Amino acid sequence: MKFLKILKNGLWDENPTFRIVIGMCPTLAVTNAAVNGLVMGLATAFVLLASEIIISLVKKLIPENVRIPSYILIIATFVTLVDYILKAFLPGVASALSLFIPLIVVNCIILGRAEAFASKNSVLDSIADALGMGLGFTWALLLLSIIRELLGSGSIFGVQILGGWYPQMAIMLLPAGAFISLGILLALMNYISSKGVK
Amino acid sequence: MEQFTHILLLFASTILVNNFILVRFLGICPFLGVSNQIGTAFSMGMATTFVMTLTGMASWLINTYILEVFNLQFLQTVIFIIVIAALVQFVEMFIKKTSPALYRTLGIFLPLITTNCAILGLALLIPSEGYNFIESVIFAFAAGVGFTLAIVLMAGLRENLEFADVPGVLKGVPITLIIAGIMAMAFMGFSGLISM
Repeated sequence: MKFLKILKNGLWDENPTFRIVIGMCPTLAVTNAAVNGLVMGLATAFVLLASEIIISLVKKLIPENVRIPSYILIIATFVTLVDYILKAFLPGVASALSLFIPLIVVNCIILGRAEAFASKNSVLDSIADALGMGLGFTWALLLLSIIRELLGSGSIFGVQILGGWYPQMAIMLLPAGAFISLGILLALMNYISSKGVK
Repeated sequence: MEQFTHILLLFASTILVNNFILVRFLGICPFLGVSNQIGTAFSMGMATTFVMTLTGMASWLINTYILEVFNLQFLQTVIFIIVIAALVQFVEMFIKKTSPALYRTLGIFLPLITTNCAILGLALLIPSEGYNFIESVIFAFAAGVGFTLAIVLMAGLRENLEFADVPGVLKGVPITLIIAGIMAMAFMGFSGLISM
């Protein structure tokens, strides 16, 4: 029961993108195509899951003063792993994401959850938290990238949805479109949750 | 002379055409978090520029004389993040000892800079762009100036926004993002300015 509650917390109540608004760099930068958003989300979720498991296992062994550097080292190791796996198996996507794969290291979501959750809770709870937060981040990225790809190039996952009549709005694929569409999406999420409270 | 023109173009294009925040999406967290007032935004910008310039030098030196010599490029991410964390810690201690006044202005921002993706992004960009030492330093410094420019402009807009009647759901981050989008559009105007 607790497992599901922690899971839902990450997916909706404290969704890292829509509610806490952290990890914005990859959210804005890689969401110009649905496949990039999905891969970025899953890569981050994997690093989060692996780091939270390790950190919650070794939390008693790490001295208080050096915990942040130790966490960063653990995270950086998994990021390097993901970087090389993606380069080997999905070279196209890896080159589109380029810099933002190694930058998972400094994604505030991961260090934030390591410090706020995994360093205080059991392994099982940490797994629930990592899955909730990781998948919460993934669906947020996927939603934003589907909207941008559809409006910007009329396709989803590279499959043409809108016909030739559709004037492709290139601005949606550019930085300006990223900022504006995320702003409107966040406002929409605020609207939905304010309705829910009433 | 040619060398000088090249450096000047690199400097200008890093600030305007490839602005770290508005074009490359690096450093969005402080851009959204610390852009309420012009004063604090400027201090954050200065602290970041300082650390960025040092990181630029460190990145080039480590990459050229250690990682490439021993074929250790796969350790790039791990090494750079450790170097940045150590560098920030060192700068903090140095400023605390030498200039307490400066420490009071910049102090609270320094720990935040370690997890600023603009810094690690910069360290990783330098080897991939193949810059020499001088170019790396100029690139790093210009990246910091561009960061400061964007964050100060945003703070100026947000100070005026306090007096505007913004709809409830748009308050806070959503309206900031929409303004950033409009700023990014304005910066797109620079894209034809310099071709490198």
